Amino acid sequence: MAKSNFGGRNIIYWLAHYSVIAAYLGLALFPLFWIFKVSITPNRLLYSEGIRLWPSQVGWEHYWSVIHHTDFPLFFWNSSIVSCCTAVLTVLFAALAGYAFSRFIFRGKIWLVGFLLVTQMFPLVMIIAPIFRLFSPLGLTNSLAGLVLIYTTYNIPFAIFLMQSFFDAVPKELEEAAMIDGSTRFGAFYRIILPLTLPGIAATLGFVFTAAWSELLFALMLNSQQDATTFPVGLLTFISKFSVDFGQMMAAGVLALLPVCIFFLLIQRHLVRGLTAGAVKG
Amino acid sequence: MASITIENVIKTFGVVQVLKGVSLEIKSGEFVVLVGPSGCGKSTLLRLIAGLESLTEGIIKIDGKVTNDIPPRDRDLAMVFQSYALYPHMTVEKNLSYSLRLRKFAKDLINSTVMHSASLLGLADLLNRKPKQLSGGQRQRVAMGRAIVRKPKAFLFDEPLSNLDARLREQMRFEIRKLHFDLGATSIYVTHDQIEAMTMADRIVALNHGIIQQVGTPMELYDNPANLFVAEFIGSPAMNFIKGTVKKIVNSLTVCVDSNPLCDLPIGASYSIDAEVIIGLRPERIEITNNQTLFPAKIILIETTGLASIYHCDFFGQIVKIFTTSRIDFHVGEIAFINFDVKDIKLFDPLSGNRI
Repeated sequence: MAKSNFGGRNIIYWLAHYSVIAAYLGLALFPLFWIFKVSITPNRLLYSEGIRLWPSQVGWEHYWSVIHHTDFPLFFWNSSIVSCCTAVLTVLFAALAGYAFSRFIFRGKIWLVGFLLVTQMFPLVMIIAPIFRLFSPLGLTNSLAGLVLIYTTYNIPFAIFLMQSFFDAVPKELEEAAMIDGSTRFGAFYRIILPLTLPGIAATLGFVFTAAWSELLFALMLNSQQDATTFPVGLLTFISKFSVDFGQMMAAGVLALLPVCIFFLLIQRHLVRGLTAGAVKG
Repeated sequence: MASITIENVIKTFGVVQVLKGVSLEIKSGEFVVLVGPSGCGKSTLLRLIAGLESLTEGIIKIDGKVTNDIPPRDRDLAMVFQSYALYPHMTVEKNLSYSLRLRKFAKDLINSTVMHSASLLGLADLLNRKPKQLSGGQRQRVAMGRAIVRKPKAFLFDEPLSNLDARLREQMRFEIRKLHFDLGATSIYVTHDQIEAMTMADRIVALNHGIIQQVGTPMELYDNPANLFVAEFIGSPAMNFIKGTVKKIVNSLTVCVDSNPLCDLPIGASYSIDAEVIIGLRPERIEITNNQTLFPAKIILIETTGLASIYHCDFFGQIVKIFTTSRIDFHVGEIAFINFDVKDIKLFDPLSGNRI
């Protein structure tokens, strides 16, 4: 009797568990599905068929025209350059700074942490005008370098805190052992600590890459020329004065998702933690 | 092998002074154990020797050479950490060979050295495993192996056995001692466990509140503790401390408990009549008998270990432990009688804690 009760409760737990996950996934993935659905619906069916989960006819012409008749390949290329550079630069600086915050005691550390936090308190909109004013005479408007610079500076504080927490999780004794074994501090950082914080680096890379990839406000305000436009700004070109080309917009959106998906597929192996298991007593 | 000299070492963290002027001379090939309660500064002293912390004041010399500004990698010491600190992403073999690879040894030499150390520690079959695939005892051995491959000037052990269970600890105690016997390297071993200190040390350094309390062989500390701290810390079960008063009985000053004379005050000790002193008496030096002419003591608790029994007795209102291997049939609540040799009594000053 007791056993069957226990079993019944288990099933309820199981059902509750999976229905919560299913509800979340449905909520999170349905918009993506809708983007895809609209992107493969031919224009003539878009408004005539009403609301259906799947169009009666599937067509890829939106993709064709996005790739061949718009500047989207250029926007993609621009976005890729900006996002990759931002991710790599941010992680490089954040890893070094995060390590310093995690391991060293130095004068003014508490102030530095405070200032880093302060930078995160301003809404982006507030600093756009001064940034534009600063960038304009330096020739950093209408340039990808300007975007990389602003994205990197804006993402570094958060990335530092993220990396610091990953370094904090690695026992100090590991690098002390390495230093006694004959390493320099940098050698210990490079050969022992860095391999162990790969999951953290991967997570930070992913976070910064996605943030840069989908940023609209700075890209819109700082760059007005076609050759320095990133894809989120490019998406806006489908909205004209009198109509919105939903089909092409959604096709471009789906294409824009691909690099992010590929990026996360590449790093997902490192996102799985547990590499430090067995370092110290167990 | 190297000698290590520590001169007037002071270490402060912020406003806290952890080491308050420590001086110590460690001879080449000696096995020295730093012992004391947690927070006494023993690990800090070891880390200062390793170069992992910087000195606030004082000098540390290795083989006569001042090492204050020499980084850890150039001190040629090896350290075994309490947490083992094995490199989790490397196999046992890579863990063992790491220091040799850093020093760019020839591949053949690295292989033969690693194999030799591994077989010495019974790790030969585990060379391809990662640390997480090893048991606690095996990890401990790898940590030891990593220290011995390089033949360093000295070994530093920071509570290396505290994460092991009692039986394994006993076995590793023996193995570390045997390794020291075979290799003859200078070793400094930090522990809070007085059994480890007693069984392993050539010399024990007892530390408390950042000050060296006593330095000597295990038996010196056991037989002649310099103060209350050492007397209490060394020996298990711990020494009995009984409050006594100085009385004048027939022209000589005598220490009494509840007006029962126990022993004479040593000649030259200047204590006034009715002054308080502390009487130290090791539990194993007290005899428990039926002889009614001796001091009575009421048994309030008996602990049996198999090898021996520990009797907790009420001795004129104070608790006294008696450790005996003889199997006398006493029961809780009974009055027993106790006997001891006056020579075994150690007297301490209650204010300074020092031996009288």
